[in-house]
Amino acid sequence: MKNKLSALLLSFFGFLSTAKSQSSETMASTMRSNGKIYVVVAVLTTIVAGLFFYLIRIDKKVSKLEKDL
Amino acid sequence: MRLSWWKLTAMILVGYAVIGGLLLPVPELTQLGETIRNLYYHVCMWFSMMILYTLSIIHSIKYLNKGNLLHDNKAKSYAGMGTFMGILGYATGAIWASFTWADPNNPAYASFGSIMREPKLIGAAIALLIYGAYFILRNSILDEDQRARVSSVYNVFAYAMLFPSIWIIPRLLPSLHPGQEGNPALNFNDIDARMRMVFYPAVLGWTLLGVWIAQLHIRLNIINEKKG
Repeated sequence: MKNKLSALLLSFFGFLSTAKSQSSETMASTMRSNGKIYVVVAVLTTIVAGLFFYLIRIDKKVSKLEKDL
Repeated sequence: MRLSWWKLTAMILVGYAVIGGLLLPVPELTQLGETIRNLYYHVCMWFSMMILYTLSIIHSIKYLNKGNLLHDNKAKSYAGMGTFMGILGYATGAIWASFTWADPNNPAYASFGSIMREPKLIGAAIALLIYGAYFILRNSILDEDQRARVSSVYNVFAYAMLFPSIWIIPRLLPSLHPGQEGNPALNFNDIDARMRMVFYPAVLGWTLLGVWIAQLHIRLNIINEKKG
């Protein structure tokens, strides 16, 4: 299990480093030309929206506890 | 429950920082590349840490003036959230630095370990450790009033130590970290106008988010105290 995890991490960081060496400072223009940055935006928006949803729920629970006191 | 205006503002601004921060144009810089967008996230963590610590010391001084335990409770929660933001700032900075500062041709900056010896990073680590001691100090005193009084005084000291450790000493030493000659993120001549449109709202958004979470903590503590 531990070996698998470290192998996965290693391959991930290895991928990161090759990605870095291949693209010599190519900026947003190329990044957006294949239209995939929006995928990242969607993923991040989902995560942030989920976090806010969770935060609102905790807020509601605390408000309810305050009322019950 | 109706959401108060500042919680809505926090959500809108953080959402804007994520979407606008990724999509809006940024200046093209060698070495930094797209990572300049980290200004909206990494730097905001430190800004909100500083603001939360300021809120914390204000409440500590209020406690020392009035002796109301509620103020000490608030000081603790704001300091906790500030430290959390600081740790996030440190972790994000470590990731950012390892992809922009590392230089295999320069033995002084070839490895991750050599980068992490930056004065600014060590200063930030010292500041966070001083606040870490604040929580240990709190938990080591059993008497409520004594705990509040001692930790409030210590909080004033911890806040004062922020200035030499993160503002003054790192600027006296050579460093790869920007901000040697002033506050590059705040300087109107230094930061690109397009980035300012995202950066300032992002600082406000992340700070309000921190205040929100700290407030939940405070309210839970009040409920616990009333129950117990």
